[in-house]
Amino acid sequence: MDTFFLVASLVKIIAILAYIYGLLWVMGHANRWVKIGGIVLAFAVVQLALTPFGDFQILTAFDQGLLYQACAMTMVALGLNLIYGFNGQFSLGQWGFYGIGAYCAADITYRWINGDSRGLIVVAFGVVLVALAIWGIGKFLSRYRGIPVMSSFTLYLLGTVAAAAVAVFIGNALQPLLQPALGTPENPGWLNSEIALQVVFFLAVILAGAFAAIVSFLFGLPVLTLGSDYFGIATLGFTIVINTLMINSDTILPFPEMKGGRGMIGIPKLTTWFWAFAFMVLVIIVMRNFIHSSTGRTVMSVREDETAARAMGIDIAGTKLLSFVVGSLFAGLAGGVYAHYIGFLSPGTFDFLVGFNPLIIVVFGGLGSMSGTVAASFGWIFFLEGLLRVILSQMGTEAPTWRFVLYPIALLLLMLLRPQGLLGNTEWGFLKAKVIPLKVEK
Amino acid sequence: MQQAASKTTPPTISHRPPLAWIGQGFLLLLAALAVFVIVKNMIDNPPLFIQMVISGLQLGFVYALIALGYTMVYGIVKLINFAHGDVFMVGAFISFYSVAKFNLHQWPAMVFPGMDGLLVTIIGTTTVILISMVICMALAVTIERVAYKPLRDAPRIAALITAIGVSFFLEFFGALNFVFSPRFIPYQRPFDVVAWYIKDGIYQVQPGQAPPEGAITFSNIVLIIMIASILVQIFLQFLVRKTKIGVAMRATSYDKQAARLMGINVDQVISFTFAIGAAFAALGGVLYAIAYSSIWTQLGILPGLKAFVAAVLGGIGSIPGAFVGALIMGQAEAMTMGYISTPMRDAVAFSILIIVLLVRPTGIFGEPEKEKA
Repeated sequence: MDTFFLVASLVKIIAILAYIYGLLWVMGHANRWVKIGGIVLAFAVVQLALTPFGDFQILTAFDQGLLYQACAMTMVALGLNLIYGFNGQFSLGQWGFYGIGAYCAADITYRWINGDSRGLIVVAFGVVLVALAIWGIGKFLSRYRGIPVMSSFTLYLLGTVAAAAVAVFIGNALQPLLQPALGTPENPGWLNSEIALQVVFFLAVILAGAFAAIVSFLFGLPVLTLGSDYFGIATLGFTIVINTLMINSDTILPFPEMKGGRGMIGIPKLTTWFWAFAFMVLVIIVMRNFIHSSTGRTVMSVREDETAARAMGIDIAGTKLLSFVVGSLFAGLAGGVYAHYIGFLSPGTFDFLVGFNPLIIVVFGGLGSMSGTVAASFGWIFFLEGLLRVILSQMGTEAPTWRFVLYPIALLLLMLLRPQGLLGNTEWGFLKAKVIPLKVEK
Repeated sequence: MQQAASKTTPPTISHRPPLAWIGQGFLLLLAALAVFVIVKNMIDNPPLFIQMVISGLQLGFVYALIALGYTMVYGIVKLINFAHGDVFMVGAFISFYSVAKFNLHQWPAMVFPGMDGLLVTIIGTTTVILISMVICMALAVTIERVAYKPLRDAPRIAALITAIGVSFFLEFFGALNFVFSPRFIPYQRPFDVVAWYIKDGIYQVQPGQAPPEGAITFSNIVLIIMIASILVQIFLQFLVRKTKIGVAMRATSYDKQAARLMGINVDQVISFTFAIGAAFAALGGVLYAIAYSSIWTQLGILPGLKAFVAAVLGGIGSIPGAFVGALIMGQAEAMTMGYISTPMRDAVAFSILIIVLLVRPTGIFGEPEKEKA
């Protein structure tokens, strides 16, 4: 049985990597119909493997959980690769944004199924109003040159606080209107049906991403000016502070439903393979198009040489902020997906020690290699969280610790022997730069 | 035309950036708020305030011991040595084993049975501390040789990631049962902590008896930490200013290539810096464990990070800067714990880091330096 399990797990890992390769290859196919058909087929294959036929099921519930985690991790790691791998800003704050996204999305749907629509309304209006406020303040500030970062930060902060206050006011005003349609948990109205909940879930994940993006904008604005390793420490501090706030979410923050350090329970488990796959593919497409656009080249030029980039007329601070915000947006989306898969959020999940995982994945996959990140995320989850956890758990109680002993060693060896990562600069299929064919004049 | 105008009227170019008052006003507001909270509480309850200052001093002097290692290593190799906090933890654990398992704090009494109790404690505790320091020095030099030296010419971030890896390794390798332990361990002190209270004179606090209302208590460990930390400062100042290796250290931190040309063995100097930083971290670790009496393998992470913030606050690369920065950090943390809320202490520490780097990136004592990529 053990040998069978081992072989089956290894086959699964190889199959999943082959699957990733195939997915990326088919996404990059020239023919549009092959592309769309291939993506649908890739979705359907796993969906079929997840469907039980009587007693038989190719991918068990455990594998299903691993798949969702891998999708979430792919999004987090791609975001981090954008910030660190492509833009060169060493960030340890990705895990904090992941946590913000998870808690934000979970709070929206949790309140919704409990007959409180304020979560959705406040966050939705808040995101829109804050975006408008930031846009307006940005317009106003663009009239001046060389504003100290503290001043622009203060203005943006004031604008955000004002917009958020308006959003809370709107939420309180609109809640009674929606209440009859939403009903109570015992007596749900039509807005609390299955289909409506799917829509709310989708909105919640998107809003969680937007929320994380806004936080990252406000945080990144002053902090991105610090420069490489100080930025790393400041973002590590951010993760620690966010985790502290999660532990005290019912005392310091006014969210009793998050239950502080005991963990938030009762989140509807809405993540299905469809949503996890859809969000992951969405993030991969956005990321790839971003990187291979002129903005993406700007982002990479900032990594290569800031002085040269500035001489080319590139707005260094703006570019760094853009990649930081987009990267955090991905992390927020991933958080929403994760929260609704696991159904239970505990601050321990978002501890900063766990927060080094995406960094290690990005380094393993290769800095500045999107395929490497995707493959490493899946490989990491299926190998370390799946196979190694099962094997080690049969070896005794010290298993989790051994995992954490082994991967720093692997990291050290990698840094010493192959600092460019396992895949280096290789890109697969869809993620390759689009080569524009030369027009031959006749 | 423009030239003529500039000749007649002296150019009045303002170097003041526009709208700077908004940011400065915001910072002033924050500072005023902090001062208001502190002064209000000081007037409301002076004994409590002094109690806070004492606990802040205790933290601050321990941070000072750790911050020295950060600031010296950063000054020389421009690396945030993440593993430094874990060397601090290892120091605490080594002392735990030498006290609890080997009873080394009592060795003079075993060898010379008739010795005075106080002398036994002093010699025994010093031995325990020295053993921790020596083992941690060896550990730090090993780490430097194995993990950092091969990456000295690599990008700075590669070395930083390696440092994070080493830090993880120490934490989780230590958490294995055959090494240290994954749990919190009650620390057995080599000597008893004696507390006194000040209210109409100084009295000793009797065990199992609370000091009276409004009294200020302090313990011998606070005094020991303060004395040890100040002695280390003086020793280090002497070492850096007056000895040959100190000159070599300063030269290496100024310009590595030129120092090598002058016949300085740069690798040796770097190893020495790591070793001496680790020794002080081990001292800090032992004293911290005695003061807070509970240890586990992730003990060093947060004190390490805060000590780094203290080093940045004081001006990284500067030894007196690390000392002053650590004292400020200790006070800030104690005040936050006392008057705002205990969980927010980390938030305040990292806010200080961000504000310092924005307002004065070189810190209090730092000199402006050229950025090396």
